[in-house]
Amino acid sequence: MRLANSSLFLGFVSIASVALLWQFAVTLFPIPAYLLPSPLEIGSEMVSRFGLQATHAVVTVREILLGFGLAVLIGVPLAIAITFLPLFEKLFYPILVATQAVPKVAVAPLFLVWFGFGEAPKVAMATVIAVFPIIIDTAVGLRAIDPDMVRLAKSMRAGALKTFWKVRLPIALPSIFAGLKMAMTFAVIGAVVGEFVAGQSGLGYLIQAATGSLQTTVAFASIVLLSFIGIVLFFIVEAFERIFVPWHRSTDRLF
Amino acid sequence: MASQVQVGARAAVEISGIRKTFLSTRGAIQALTETSLTIRQGEFVAIVGPSGCGKSTLLSLIAGLDAPSAGKILIEGQEVRGPHDSLGVVFQRDLLLDWRTAMDNVLLQVEMRGLLPKEYAARARELLDMVGLQGFHGRYPRELSGGMRQRVAICRALLHDPLLLLMDEPFGALDAISRDRLNVDLGRICSETKKTVIFITHSIAEAVFLGDRVVVMSSRPGKVVADLNIEVPHPRDLSFRETPEFTGYVRQVRQIFEAEGVL
Repeated sequence: MRLANSSLFLGFVSIASVALLWQFAVTLFPIPAYLLPSPLEIGSEMVSRFGLQATHAVVTVREILLGFGLAVLIGVPLAIAITFLPLFEKLFYPILVATQAVPKVAVAPLFLVWFGFGEAPKVAMATVIAVFPIIIDTAVGLRAIDPDMVRLAKSMRAGALKTFWKVRLPIALPSIFAGLKMAMTFAVIGAVVGEFVAGQSGLGYLIQAATGSLQTTVAFASIVLLSFIGIVLFFIVEAFERIFVPWHRSTDRLF
Repeated sequence: MASQVQVGARAAVEISGIRKTFLSTRGAIQALTETSLTIRQGEFVAIVGPSGCGKSTLLSLIAGLDAPSAGKILIEGQEVRGPHDSLGVVFQRDLLLDWRTAMDNVLLQVEMRGLLPKEYAARARELLDMVGLQGFHGRYPRELSGGMRQRVAICRALLHDPLLLLMDEPFGALDAISRDRLNVDLGRICSETKKTVIFITHSIAEAVFLGDRVVVMSSRPGKVVADLNIEVPHPRDLSFRETPEFTGYVRQVRQIFEAEGVL
């Protein structure tokens, strides 16, 4: 616990010293705010116009969560199908690899054509980026079972469904959560990319609009807020991991 | 107390003329040739052989986890076509589930069989006490030593009171001291519960120590080369291993291996 506290404390110290250095550099050298605002300016921007940032943040968070949720709903069943249906795996895997090779960002404009200008293309972008780690890690987790465990379950005359719920799925959970954590950070990227391409709202839109009019401080405030959102969402997934996988070591590791 | 285990006259397991061939990319591999064996009720049969002699294959076939290429296996007169209802299996790894307590790991047996765990809770507690895990019922696998974990696995195999207990090198991964203690305890448990046990091992000493009978197998392809009765009453304690009888049996098995070119 002492170590946990100190690593949290040291993390804070290191980030604070970077901010301090930044503040000094901007004050000492003649760097205009439209190139690089100081941390203090960014902070005061975030406080004074919190309403603006918050309104856009709500839009982005909604897109991220919808995109992530859809990725889970699509990714987990696909991974289950890959694991248990060999024919499906042979047919689907090449498609998965091929689509993964396509740079998702390049497809973003197409999503506008397909899904319009509303929330849908942003959610779709987040889903498409987030679904891949979920499929892969879930499939890996479901396969990680000891073959003797399967034989033991068979010797107990348990059906496939029962073996899945009582044994296979819990064994796969640590790996599934590894995928979910990655997916959550990917969903943030997806939503912002979607907003870059064609947004009327959201933090990604705000960043673009602000830089367009050289309001760099506003853009920086959005970036800071976006990072903060990403971290919070990541830790929410990790909190769920602690609840659902209390026996796993990976949950003891951070801080 | 229990002296000589009363071995029933009825056959618990009849193995007649089974063969097992695996198909691999390099052609067919014969794991077992023409194996026949009759195991009576209440008998503790230790099957000993080098790795690759098909002893684990034989166990899989008896457990109904795999089908023989030829021949048939009867348990209590019924042909094996899948895992028998009255069967408990212990593997080399304990295969305990990390998220279940010792107690809940034992109860997995009946949950998987679709029986009511509540009705078996008392028996599960009794079994855990019997293997010396008083006070550890609520512990998780990570809090138990390797020997304790394997004891839990044995309780899990015994929970539904099976006629037949199959053990596939159950103590192979344990340290020597845990192994000795488990050997003594298993001998005691089996003579108390009068289970029919088929115990696979590659340790001659373990086979002689535990078995009413020691079946010796040789490899490539696997076959039974000898079948010895160990005429020493159960339960046996560790001092049995220092007796001339014990060393005599061990020598006998070793000589069979030497004759087969295994040793």
